[in-house]
Amino acid sequence: MKRSIVSIVGNLVSFVISLIVLLPLAVLFINSFKTSAEANRMTLSLPKKWVVENYITVIEKGKLFSSFLNGILYASCSVVIIVILVSAAAFVISRNQKGINRFLYYFIISGIAVPINNVALMKVLQVLHLVNTRIGIILLYAAINIPLSLFLSFGFIATIPREIDEAAVIDGCSPRQLFLRVIVPLIKPIMSTVFVLEFMTVWNDFTMPLYYLNNSRKWPMTLAVYSFFGAFENSWNLVAADIILTLAPVLIVFILGQKYIVGGVSAGSVKG
Amino acid sequence: MNRKKIYPWYYAAGAAILFFLLCFLPGVLGIAYSFTDWNNFSNEIHFVGLANYKTVFHGNSEYMKYIVNTLWFTVATTVLKTVVGLALGLLLTQTFIKGKNLHRMIIFSPQVMSYLVVGLVFRSMLHPTTGFLNNFLRGIGFGGLAKNWLTDLKFVFPTVILVDTWKGMGYIMVIVIAGLLSVAPEYYEAASIDGASFFKKFTCITLPLLKPVLVNVTVLNVTYGLRVFDMIYSLTNGGPGNATGVINTAVYKEFSKGNLAMGTTLSSILFLVVLSLLYFIIWSMENKEVEV
Repeated sequence: MKRSIVSIVGNLVSFVISLIVLLPLAVLFINSFKTSAEANRMTLSLPKKWVVENYITVIEKGKLFSSFLNGILYASCSVVIIVILVSAAAFVISRNQKGINRFLYYFIISGIAVPINNVALMKVLQVLHLVNTRIGIILLYAAINIPLSLFLSFGFIATIPREIDEAAVIDGCSPRQLFLRVIVPLIKPIMSTVFVLEFMTVWNDFTMPLYYLNNSRKWPMTLAVYSFFGAFENSWNLVAADIILTLAPVLIVFILGQKYIVGGVSAGSVKG
Repeated sequence: MNRKKIYPWYYAAGAAILFFLLCFLPGVLGIAYSFTDWNNFSNEIHFVGLANYKTVFHGNSEYMKYIVNTLWFTVATTVLKTVVGLALGLLLTQTFIKGKNLHRMIIFSPQVMSYLVVGLVFRSMLHPTTGFLNNFLRGIGFGGLAKNWLTDLKFVFPTVILVDTWKGMGYIMVIVIAGLLSVAPEYYEAASIDGASFFKKFTCITLPLLKPVLVNVTVLNVTYGLRVFDMIYSLTNGGPGNATGVINTAVYKEFSKGNLAMGTTLSSILFLVVLSLLYFIIWSMENKEVEV
């Protein structure tokens, strides 16, 4: 008897909490199909008439298509840079943990916690002629996400037995061959995790373009939705549609790549 | 075998150079600039010693308010997220819960959303006249509870903290669950045979074995809380007045006003605070093996 009460209460609590998480998204979804007047009082009641045109309006007025492409460009390019640089760095740092490598490791992973000084970064970017450029923002995203990626890959490479390297070297592998033919195939799992995790981090970021891109044609989706929100704050149906469209890509990636994301999150903090 | 030869150092050079140029160098330069009067209105930069720091720490400056807010935000969100995440982790590992994985997935999902978008979602949900929450409260006859959640000085800070918890609790939950699943079930079986209650098992087995995970979660939450920007910027932009302003929103404010020296001073203060905690942070990151 006592057991079944505990079970009912437990299930009820889980249900309520899931509901609290889902509710805001459900409300926005429903209101994104309403007319402007109807959405002016946000409720859970279904729209009298489903206005799909809201989405077309938003895509046109919110410049969503170009900002979507910008977001994809920034995220994919910076993640490719991260994967290449980090897999090479993690390989040598994890295999030879002496002297300068040890220092380099701690130097780089300190970036997981230490904040970026955005004001002085502006100066550095100006000197390098990278302000307001796409290449600048891509390099910047690569740089700030290197620390966590290195931390994750370092731990993973340490679990691959070193005897494999020795066998390869005895068979006549050069360092380059050892890395490309032996190590790279073995670290694909962690690199997939890094890829998905960092892709989402970059996609979701908003600080860097806010500071360093003042041309709205170069904005990624986050900044585009923010400025849309400011301009259309009285048309909640359009705002809701814009938010739903911005959320959709990450939620789809999340549902498809759940394994990598949840695995990466817990590896980054539990297993190392 | 010669390790230096098999593992050439320059493989690490790309990552190191990029990190040095765009992350480390600005931090150090920023500290240097914090001793000057650097701004957007003149090309000359003068050395002013500790003047910027004196402005920040002197009496009741608005900057002190930002630092205090940052600390409050950090403490409150860390405690809330850890407690809620731990409770959810414990709940969603019980065998009697139906659809555990679905619940876990739903509660984790806000973690993959942008902080900015979450901020906008709640700005529309909490709008005093058109928002869902107030309409809902009025609809069920509790109109008196409908408040100006994001503009009333009494409510704005707790609201921001709760929204942040809404987003972050699933992340902590997932880490706690990973920790809980690595505890060998034999401990619980042995304790059950000895007649231990649920509470006793929690305090004598779960908590001690989960300690490394909890330390780790705390470190994650603290480093996040100190650096918070997106959430506050999109929810309240530091307002009303500067009631919810934190260090990083203040940095952006000074940056857009062209008051670069003050921006870099505030940023450097944060930099030094995190740097002083760095040894502990890295220790906790590496010391995370969930061991018996």
